[in-house]
Amino acid sequence: MGEEPSLIEICFHGRGGQGAVTAANLLVNAALRDGNKGVQAFPFFGAERRGAPVRAFARISDEDINLRSEIYNPDIVVVLDEGIMKTIDVLKGLKEGGCIVINSPKRPDDFPFSDKYTVATVDATGIAIRNELLVGGIPVVNAPILGAIPKVLDRVTLESIRDAIMERWSGELGKKNAKAAEEAYNETEVKR
Amino acid sequence: MKVVVDTGNHIAALAAKLAKPDVVAAYPITPQTTIVEKIAEYVAKGEFSGDYICVESEHSAMSACIGASAAGARTFTATSAHGLLLMHEMLHWAALARLPIVMVNVNRAIGPGWTIWSDQNDSMAQRDTGWIQIYCSSNQEIFDSIIQAFKLAEHKDVQLPVMVCYDGFILSHTSMPVKVPEQKEIDDFLPKREPAWVLDPENPVTHGNIIMPKDYPSIRKAMQDAQENAKKLIPEIAKEWKERFGTYHGDLIEKYRCEDADYIILSYAALGAESKVAIDMLRKEGKKVGLARLRTFRPFPSEDILSLAENADLIVIDRSISIGFEGPLFTEVKSCLYEKSDARVYGFIAGLGGKDVRYTDIGKIVDRVIERKQDGVLWYDMEGGK
Repeated sequence: MGEEPSLIEICFHGRGGQGAVTAANLLVNAALRDGNKGVQAFPFFGAERRGAPVRAFARISDEDINLRSEIYNPDIVVVLDEGIMKTIDVLKGLKEGGCIVINSPKRPDDFPFSDKYTVATVDATGIAIRNELLVGGIPVVNAPILGAIPKVLDRVTLESIRDAIMERWSGELGKKNAKAAEEAYNETEVKR
Repeated sequence: MKVVVDTGNHIAALAAKLAKPDVVAAYPITPQTTIVEKIAEYVAKGEFSGDYICVESEHSAMSACIGASAAGARTFTATSAHGLLLMHEMLHWAALARLPIVMVNVNRAIGPGWTIWSDQNDSMAQRDTGWIQIYCSSNQEIFDSIIQAFKLAEHKDVQLPVMVCYDGFILSHTSMPVKVPEQKEIDDFLPKREPAWVLDPENPVTHGNIIMPKDYPSIRKAMQDAQENAKKLIPEIAKEWKERFGTYHGDLIEKYRCEDADYIILSYAALGAESKVAIDMLRKEGKKVGLARLRTFRPFPSEDILSLAENADLIVIDRSISIGFEGPLFTEVKSCLYEKSDARVYGFIAGLGGKDVRYTDIGKIVDRVIERKQDGVLWYDMEGGK
């Protein structure tokens, strides 16, 4: 994004088990490393079930954040499961000129709303499988999808995302996740 | 000092660990669960030196804490909602026995209808148990308040249990950055507990035996005196913490933009933080509004309330309701002002059962007051949108 407002609000859509809540937490951890003073990450407040649509949220600001309410008008929407867009209106409330990051092998132009919003696509599922990021046979796409975010949000760097990942998962698992994030960064396509 | 980003509950567990309790006895309940899970993880990893007692209910959790505390142990537990209600009898016991137990209560509304979301009816219903109650509005305040709570509870002039409350999910499951001092620094701030008396087989004493009517009032009066002492000690302990670690959240209340305010919002916990955003918005519109976020419910900051009312009218937002009357904070605020102030006080009920309260909602509440559309207690949750 070009000139970023002081407060950035991000909404993650995924399915229970894909790592949306972890993605939000890792993102704000990285944002703090990059000098953003105020950060918050939280799940949708309720019961979570594996496979069901879930939401997670992140706030990133230059200042301490006093907001404690939910996010209604995100600047960025991150979709961890493209299929969810058939049943959930992920664009609901997205700010004018906002950005949507989609886990998809398609290109931004393939999405009709790409003339209205900034669209970024990356095949996070493919990257997760390639890097053997599987839990119970299901690809966990949180690390690769995070790699796409520095492409659309200047105030978070790939380096900090890698550091946050390595802190969360030690040893080989951390390295695999960090590599997946880096590959995703390089493979993300953005249409502004 | 390192900065960690984690949820309110994990921060609470970390604070509890660094306070080095000898005994933790707890029973899991949503949304408190991740506190006891984290403490169990510390135990499993050998990072927690105290005893962790798994109990079969919250009544037992508090009973175990009472026994441990009476034997001289530093004692911690945590609960929510129905768990807190099940403890109710033992809450009175802990306070009357003057045991400095520290407990986190993750505020959650009461069912049925079944709910896991936040409001403050659970802890407000413990008003008369003798416990000190502190309410937090950020994860840093949770961390700081828990460690400060041990120092307050165990102080020789207090010797009362302390409940540290914060909003379920809104804080318990939200990650925020928190400055965490080193263990050594915490140890210096919070030395080992020095109990006024202990149950010790080698040196037997009786405690809690029958007390004749002529003597009973004196134990109640002593508790009241201890709460008054806490009023003085809470600011002292907060000041010492600030000098050592740099963070500070107010004394009995936290004031925000009150200096020239015509109206001051009074509320607790997360609603207090959200109110700051509302006040910045209202100030831009030229409306002189401030915030007094209450940090304590018992002891009640009556002197602070009186001083706020000297130059402003007060707008109370309760996230709880005393059914049959009104919001509990609304009641307390008016009683502080009786015959001492001409300030008007307006009462609103908002955010029950986790209903989201945005700064725009708080702005609408203030506008209703300014436009004099408010009379009596307003159920904002149900009428605010109109």
